[in-house]
Amino acid sequence: MLEPEDRIRFEQLVLPHLDSAANLARWMLRNRADSEDVVQEATLRAFRFFGRFHGGDARAWLLQIVRNTCYTWLGKNRPAELMTEFDEEVHQLPAANPETLASQADERQRLTLALESLPPRFREVLVLRELEGCSYKEIGEITGIPIGTVMSTLSRARERLRQTLTVVAAKEAF
Amino acid sequence: MSCELAQTTIHGYFDGELDAVRSAEFERHLERCAECQSALAGIESLHTRIQQNNVYEQVSPELRDRIRKQIKQAAGRTSATLESSRRKWFLAPTFGALAAAAAVITIMFFVVQPRTQSARITAELIDAHVRSLQPGHLMDVQSTDQHTVKPWFDGKLDFIPPVSDYSEQGFPLVGGRLDVVDGHNTAALVYSRRNHFINLFVWLYREKEFNSDNSGSRQGYNWVSWQSGDMRFCLISDAAASDLRELKDLIHP
Repeated sequence: MLEPEDRIRFEQLVLPHLDSAANLARWMLRNRADSEDVVQEATLRAFRFFGRFHGGDARAWLLQIVRNTCYTWLGKNRPAELMTEFDEEVHQLPAANPETLASQADERQRLTLALESLPPRFREVLVLRELEGCSYKEIGEITGIPIGTVMSTLSRARERLRQTLTVVAAKEAF
Repeated sequence: MSCELAQTTIHGYFDGELDAVRSAEFERHLERCAECQSALAGIESLHTRIQQNNVYEQVSPELRDRIRKQIKQAAGRTSATLESSRRKWFLAPTFGALAAAAAVITIMFFVVQPRTQSARITAELIDAHVRSLQPGHLMDVQSTDQHTVKPWFDGKLDFIPPVSDYSEQGFPLVGGRLDVVDGHNTAALVYSRRNHFINLFVWLYREKEFNSDNSGSRQGYNWVSWQSGDMRFCLISDAAASDLRELKDLIHP
């Protein structure tokens, strides 16, 4: 049962991390409108479960709920995106169409498309590390990836992103 | 590519995740390894590129307002129920004592119970069950025929959930859908029991320390969970706990 003080505590501890929640959801769902729905749902869930938050890292706690809500949403609405993960090793080449990427003159847009073309498991560690500045421990906590595997996942994710961007640069050279 | 460190340790080094000893060791290696030097430059330039392009998505002021309002509303509802229960305590002291005992048990449940992985997964499953009862969410494949439901999962999961109909025993199969639990793709089979729905969640689970049988109730929902081979099973419903155990015995006698 949540006491009235809990709402104030929730507003002080958890709500300051709404930017982080919005950022993670936007990159997981690759779409702003859907991600706003998910952030709203996830924050409300976090509030209901706030009794189970026993201090510690409020951002990691909120992001864990946001991430799970994103996967549930994807499983429900775009299951195909989750299925492609199993082929991750098979499809060595970037999934994004290089021509679409190359036609984007804008560097920011190019980076956005390259990030979006990565499988969700790679995208989430990159977003958490490069944009959110999370430690490996926090990344492990949020994603459920064993801490010993965070480094190698990140390594593969960075390599994939680099490859995707290189393909684009090569295309543009012609 | 020959240097193994260029694919692993270098990232820990760049991200400041190595302890002092390993970090110094890597620096000594870096001086001699051209491959690591160029890999490090690559990681740095990727990092700079991401930072400079400002792709961080902030929450919009509208969404922030909407969430604040929603939290206020949700908080209002819980404090209203709190008020009314306090009034009852005042009117009926014996009932009050009972309720206090219940409150102590509730507090013990939340405080004393360690935040184990299984507790978190159970909470997620209850959420998934509640969500499934919202209009249009219960089933993706609606059929009382196990031979229709089972093939529907083909290619959607990397395991094959057992699907059987138990109409004769009073648990007709009504359909199935996909869900995600703890980041795993999960099969959800829906059975009905009189006028209640029962969700059976099945997912791959290989961690030994949490694979014991357990059951309980929370937020008015009963659940029974068990392991069979690589698969974890969990039944959740507002139907009686005895009904769930009965169905469990049918699935795994």
